[in-house]
Amino acid sequence: MKETIIIAGFGGQGVLSMGKILAYSGVMQDFEVTWMPSYGPEMRGGTANVTVIISDKRISSPIADSYDTAIILNQQSMDKFQSKVKPGGVLIYDTNGITTPPTRTDIEIYTIDAATESARMGQAKMFNTMILGGYLKIKPVVEMEYVMQGLKKSLPERAWKFLPQNEAAINHGAQIIKKVR
Amino acid sequence: MAEKEVRLMKGNEVIAHAAVHCGCDGYFGYPITPQSEVMETLMELKPWETTGMVVLQAESEVSSINMVYGGAATGKKVMTSSSSPGVSLMSEGLSYLAAGQLPCLVVNCQRGGPGLGTIQPSQGDYFQACKGGGHGDYHLIVLAPASVQEMYDFVGLGFDLAFKYRTPAMLLADGAIGQMMEKVVFSEQKPRRTDEQVVEECGSWASCGKGKRKHKNVATSLFLQPDELEALNQKLQATYREIEAHEVRYEEYMCDDADYILVAFGSSARISLAAVDMAREQGIKLGLLRPITLYPFPYAPLKAMAERGVKGFISVELNAGQMVEDVRLAVEGKAPVKHFGAMGGMIFNPESVLEALKSNLIK
Repeated sequence: MKETIIIAGFGGQGVLSMGKILAYSGVMQDFEVTWMPSYGPEMRGGTANVTVIISDKRISSPIADSYDTAIILNQQSMDKFQSKVKPGGVLIYDTNGITTPPTRTDIEIYTIDAATESARMGQAKMFNTMILGGYLKIKPVVEMEYVMQGLKKSLPERAWKFLPQNEAAINHGAQIIKKVR
Repeated sequence: MAEKEVRLMKGNEVIAHAAVHCGCDGYFGYPITPQSEVMETLMELKPWETTGMVVLQAESEVSSINMVYGGAATGKKVMTSSSSPGVSLMSEGLSYLAAGQLPCLVVNCQRGGPGLGTIQPSQGDYFQACKGGGHGDYHLIVLAPASVQEMYDFVGLGFDLAFKYRTPAMLLADGAIGQMMEKVVFSEQKPRRTDEQVVEECGSWASCGKGKRKHKNVATSLFLQPDELEALNQKLQATYREIEAHEVRYEEYMCDDADYILVAFGSSARISLAAVDMAREQGIKLGLLRPITLYPFPYAPLKAMAERGVKGFISVELNAGQMVEDVRLAVEGKAPVKHFGAMGGMIFNPESVLEALKSNLIK
């Protein structure tokens, strides 16, 4: 098993931490993982992205050019990464902020209205874990038991009081993700 | 501390943890992307409250390296970290440290150059690290980590080698290895040496108190008498020959039956590893030699490969072709040696490495 994922959006959307939760979940299930962020100009306001690789074997290159899954959270990232999804791969996007929907017909496309839904629930900060829940519904690369462990591990202790809300958001994300084609 | 706990951390973060765990006495640094997490993590860890390790943000890289000189002169285990432009500022100090025969650890988390360049990863400082940087006839022991675990492990190893040979050691990483997160397992906390232990270990040379000794130990790099400087240089060169004889480290991957060999270190070795797997799937017998020590460089195994009939070598580097010169020296013209790389903080993918092999060597 080897899953190469890119998560891309604006800085502040929780892109890097979503990747960290996923990567830590993989660690908890004893997989090999790498987490490679974009850093620098992007993180100083603008787009941010992270490549996470989860594998049951030693990971050679942490840098990828094509992805099994792309989680896209803004239009710039859609323009940049839509073409980098492997044929037969998965593209997940939040409709909020996407003006031009993806046009590929050789990949599976899903939408998740996490921005709207998390705001409606008054829990805008749970946006990223909601999307993570949607992703794990489509690609259960890590078992939920380990995801919950990874979530705890990747959060600082002062944030542990939010664990139940994050867990609820993960479960909710799994329910609201929709297949486009 | 749970010894075998597997953690997920950035390369830069584990440098800080490793420094504390190996009993480092002092860190002196100045922030620069992409290595700022080293000092940030140390400030979070507050080792001055636990092991007593000093962590100090200096006013510049020039100050950092000279604080390292001062600490090292007393036999303490001291280090600094920076990225390419900052290491250029430290080059004078490194030459002084080498001349003073002072052990220390310097981490260079390389970014694109020359000049201020970019903050993206690069391996453009190979020449600077391995061929001098500062003035005069000296070498640093240069270790090239290719994973987050090696970032952790090589801090302790770097200190051990630096003290064994009384020479500065450098950990030559890059922005990619520094910024990425991978699994890491920590070693046990080693206590910092007591003052008595420092005197016992380093009392023959360090300025750690005269005690009952008749003479003063003085750390200096100034020898105005030519014969004295000649003697120092002879001593340094003898040390370098010892290092070259005993400390060469490298890793081979699929080299035994290989027709072609990639030579790569650090993050480009990780990319090259994937290229080897892809080549093997296509029936191309490709292998990877990854130097772990860049100085001393693994000339002998490369020469042996050329002599057993390897058809060609490609030095894969995030630069315009620096290590390739050492690969050519090793191969001694017995096989073609090419370079493949990218500059300016660009990173190539395994496919393009394989393409370079096909277009350059496989006829």
